[in-house]
Amino acid sequence: MNPQVVIDGLIAGSMIGLGAIGLTLVYSILRFPNFAHGEMIAWGAYFAMSLSALIGAVIGGAGAPIAPFSFGWGLVLATIIAMGLTALLALAVDAVLFRIFRKRQSVMIIIVMASFGASMALRSLLEFIYTSRPGYFTRELQIAMPLGGGMRATPDQLFALGLTALLVVFVHLLLTRTPTGRAMRAVSENPSLSGLFGVDVDKVIRTVWILGAALACAAGVMSGLLVQIRPYMGFDLLLPLFAAAILGGIGSVPGAIVGGLIVGLGEALAVQFVGAQWRAGVAFAILVAILLVRPTGLFGRQA
Amino acid sequence: MSPEFLAYGAFFLTMALTYAIICLGLNVQWGQTGLFNVGIAAFVAIGAYASAILTTPDAAGRIGGFGLPIAVGWVGGAALSALLAFLVGWLTIRLRADYLAITTFGVSVSVQLVALNLVGLTGGPFGITFIPRPFGDLAGNALAFGLANLALVAAVVLVTYLILERLVRSPWGRVLRAIREDEIAAQALGKSPKWLRIQAFTLGGAIMGLAGAIQAHFIGFIAPENYLPMITFQVWAMLIVGGSGNNRGAILGAILVWALWALSGQLIEATFPAGSQARAASLRLVLIGVALCAILLVRPQGILREVRTLSRHALGRKQPEVSS
Repeated sequence: MNPQVVIDGLIAGSMIGLGAIGLTLVYSILRFPNFAHGEMIAWGAYFAMSLSALIGAVIGGAGAPIAPFSFGWGLVLATIIAMGLTALLALAVDAVLFRIFRKRQSVMIIIVMASFGASMALRSLLEFIYTSRPGYFTRELQIAMPLGGGMRATPDQLFALGLTALLVVFVHLLLTRTPTGRAMRAVSENPSLSGLFGVDVDKVIRTVWILGAALACAAGVMSGLLVQIRPYMGFDLLLPLFAAAILGGIGSVPGAIVGGLIVGLGEALAVQFVGAQWRAGVAFAILVAILLVRPTGLFGRQA
Repeated sequence: MSPEFLAYGAFFLTMALTYAIICLGLNVQWGQTGLFNVGIAAFVAIGAYASAILTTPDAAGRIGGFGLPIAVGWVGGAALSALLAFLVGWLTIRLRADYLAITTFGVSVSVQLVALNLVGLTGGPFGITFIPRPFGDLAGNALAFGLANLALVAAVVLVTYLILERLVRSPWGRVLRAIREDEIAAQALGKSPKWLRIQAFTLGGAIMGLAGAIQAHFIGFIAPENYLPMITFQVWAMLIVGGSGNNRGAILGAILVWALWALSGQLIEATFPAGSQARAASLRLVLIGVALCAILLVRPQGILREVRTLSRHALGRKQPEVSS
């Protein structure tokens, strides 16, 4: 086996994991599988692409690469703003759609269907604005450095891995060590009871959208930096995201990232041993296996 | 009216009616039973491919090509799609309703992948051509061919509709709706929700597979790009517009949405230059997505609302009408 599989799998897995955190939080706190979550990844990447082009045009030198990476500080700034914009987009979709169903106390599956419609609309809107031609943050080529053990990675890839680790630790601390995190866990247990005990449920829901969308944007920017930016990039990640969230156990942030890494490694293995064209089938195989063997997931509680 | 126009009308209506069959299948799953299927494209594709492989003449480099009659293809397509629906249902329905949605989504991705990559069986990206068409010997006369096919598909819609109406009013249909409305109450009366749901999901899958087979034979060729997730969106829009839970609504919605779809397609072709047509087409998808959400928000019952059905024995006793 080529040890490069490990690096390829970890990189794909960290993008899936970051996306899956948002999905799993919405799933456990708002209690529905959000089919529009993939679009937050794509919209985040496009926001960052437009902003970084804008920053580059206004301030010369913002696009100049910071050695050894292929991107300049302009993209870093653009990503931070894009995370905010993606969060606003998620809040807007919630305000015009999901919140209304919530207030009506609609059955969950109607909300799932609405998220399905929203994903279609958001994705096609991207295609309308940017066309389906792929976009790139940078045209710089990078040479993969040897890491030992027969593995290689570009500086950008290592940056993505490091940033993922940082974001995951941040979210984990936020959820386990702060009052906001405690409120989130309380709402996930029982929304009406936690509301009775003085938890601001609306604020918790806003936090979930902001956090999930910002992480999705980060995943989108990484995917755009390492692969390319397409309107369908989020939709194509949706099945791996669901597989990761269910594999890790719905509601579990460490589960989502571990699940993401497993799905990513599985995809890398499939590329090496079965053929790249079957890559997209791995998430489905993992999903079926986990539903057969342990439907609550690795870190999930008994439902 | 010119014969060309009539022939086009027949073609249009036949396509719309094949969607009406898919929609009737979805109505069994969603309208009657409340099962959310995000993989309609997969079940339609399975039916189409199975039937195409059974009925096409022998082709070099591809397994299959059995050259069987079209009717055998229809039955085979429906049966294979039913089998897939049964397996998916068995895997997920015992768990949670939302897992069914996620799994059917995965099925649609995987079926698309198989259609694209299992070249030896499906013909890969180029698909399968020379699928025998019903009334193929009439093909010289566009009008006669179109009308004959329209009559055939209309007959299938009618038969499916009558069977489903009968089922809706049968004890089986009433138990399904009882489970949809209050699972625990139905369980307390000794009904097995899991098993009945799997039955309904399988029946719906069979109908979708049949529709896929009919569509494949009507058009004469199939390719993976015919079965993108867009089909799933279209059929959902049809059922929600027409009125879920109502079989007549399912047929009406299919014809209406297909008409809007075809007309907007013509409008785009006529008004936009060739370069920006792909762009305009994506705007059309935005509208479908927004329309789906808007109907769910504003008029979730659709144009024709669900008809309240009671057992004829209960009706005979003149029970007090309960508002639904």
